[in-house]
Amino acid sequence: MEAIILFHSTNYAIWAQDLLKKNNITCKTIPVPRDLSSDCGYCVRTSPEDSNSAEELLKENDVEYDRVVVR
Amino acid sequence: MKNSDKNIWQGESPPIYFDNAATSFPKPESVISEQNNYLLNIGANPGRSGHSLSVKAGEIVFKARKQLASMFGVKNPMRVVFGFNATDALNLAIKGTVQHGDHVITSAMEHNSTIRPLKQLEADDTISLTIVDADKNGRIDTQRVKESIRSNTSTVVINHVSNVNGVIQPIAAIGKICRDRNITFIVDGAQSGGYIPVNITKSEIDIYAFTGHKGLYGTQGTGGLIFADTFDYKKVKPLRAGGTGSRSSEIVQPDFLPDMFESGTLNVGGIAALCAGVEFVNEKGVENICKHEQQLAGYFQTKASETVPGFKTFGFDKQNAGIISFRIGYLSVSEIAGELSDRYGIMSRHGLHCSPLSHKSLDSFPEGTVRFGFSVFNTFEEVDDTVEALYEISKKAKVKSKETINHITH
Ligand SMILES: Cc1ncc(COP(=O)(O)O)c(C=O)c1O
Repeated sequence: MEAIILFHSTNYAIWAQDLLKKNNITCKTIPVPRDLSSDCGYCVRTSPEDSNSAEELLKENDVEYDRVVVR
Repeated sequence: MKNSDKNIWQGESPPIYFDNAATSFPKPESVISEQNNYLLNIGANPGRSGHSLSVKAGEIVFKARKQLASMFGVKNPMRVVFGFNATDALNLAIKGTVQHGDHVITSAMEHNSTIRPLKQLEADDTISLTIVDADKNGRIDTQRVKESIRSNTSTVVINHVSNVNGVIQPIAAIGKICRDRNITFIVDGAQSGGYIPVNITKSEIDIYAFTGHKGLYGTQGTGGLIFADTFDYKKVKPLRAGGTGSRSSEIVQPDFLPDMFESGTLNVGGIAALCAGVEFVNEKGVENICKHEQQLAGYFQTKASETVPGFKTFGFDKQNAGIISFRIGYLSVSEIAGELSDRYGIMSRHGLHCSPLSHKSLDSFPEGTVRFGFSVFNTFEEVDDTVEALYEISKKAKVKSKETINHITH
């Protein structure tokens, strides 16, 4: 299982990665899976366990994201 | 000048570089190594592809945004939008913001990068324009700005620090006037970023234009806008549309920051250098840099006034941002600058400095002045050597008649 956080732009994916890593949430930027979105670039993958705290952090810091897919 | 690679001067003394207000030189070593590192080891397009080098390029751009936001007192790093220099940024800020029928206020201390876009818009009948006068030292009276406001005034554009005489304008006071009236306040920060402390939030600036290659010690081809956290950036229309790497399925321009204003591939190598430059300024401390440059300008002014016959400054103030404009008697400014360069290896800029209005304000139009703009790398010894050179130039000068000055072609 994985949690994929999708963004409108890679600028926000990089910001999210920076923020999550600083808060000790393991994550990685990965190419945007074609089945989830037609956007270019990358998104952030984390574990389903961490996805709630990750979302909270993003909201707290105004890091806009598109959606989170747990699969 | 402390250049990292003195060998290139092959035993000759290195040049004295006082043209930092045009482009700063030399650059900190970290600036060169970071740009090199990008070109050698990363090289990829940020944000377009999914591979790790693209992510690394994106990380460089993000780091630069974060540092610039923090340096200029803005919280959200996405409020930093990259372009290619201050001119590019100011064109976006001005042409993107104003609408048909608007009244715009600017000052008589503007650089052509502000005044020309505004004059274009005025000639198109898009806007009406008021140019607020400055006093003979180049200072703008806040009260005059206030009195110029009309019911349809949408925008005020002010040059924070003059590139001609380094005068620092009362930005916070003008910011307050604009904020109270919901007028968009655009500041040309080409000569203030890295030279003096700037806080966009506290000074109630809405849009701040910066350039990478001057006081921020980056390389040419970087610059941009910083939007205040509270400013409604949707008031600004993008001038360029195109690929952003985001929302690729859509054929309309994105409407969020920073992508909406960053169509086309950024100058990532330059941004890597800029990021190192901003770090360098932070390490030195912008207050210390400012003090050093003010002291150099003050020292030069005092020493040259004592030593060089006919030395005259234009709008000099000890509290300025390390820029000084001068003439020597009736010597032509091009002759002074030419002699300085050819005989003494001293780099300056003469003429009107892309700022005819400022020279009119300072009563140095149309001849202009010789300008020195100091950097953190300049020393008091360099100033000593320069004063000596100017003394010799003033002595050797063949043409000292008033006629030279009346023969200027504009
Ligand atoms: C006050 C001022 N505004 C704008 C500019 C334009 O900067 P750039 O050449 O980076 O576009 C300059 C420098 O040339 C300047 O001194």
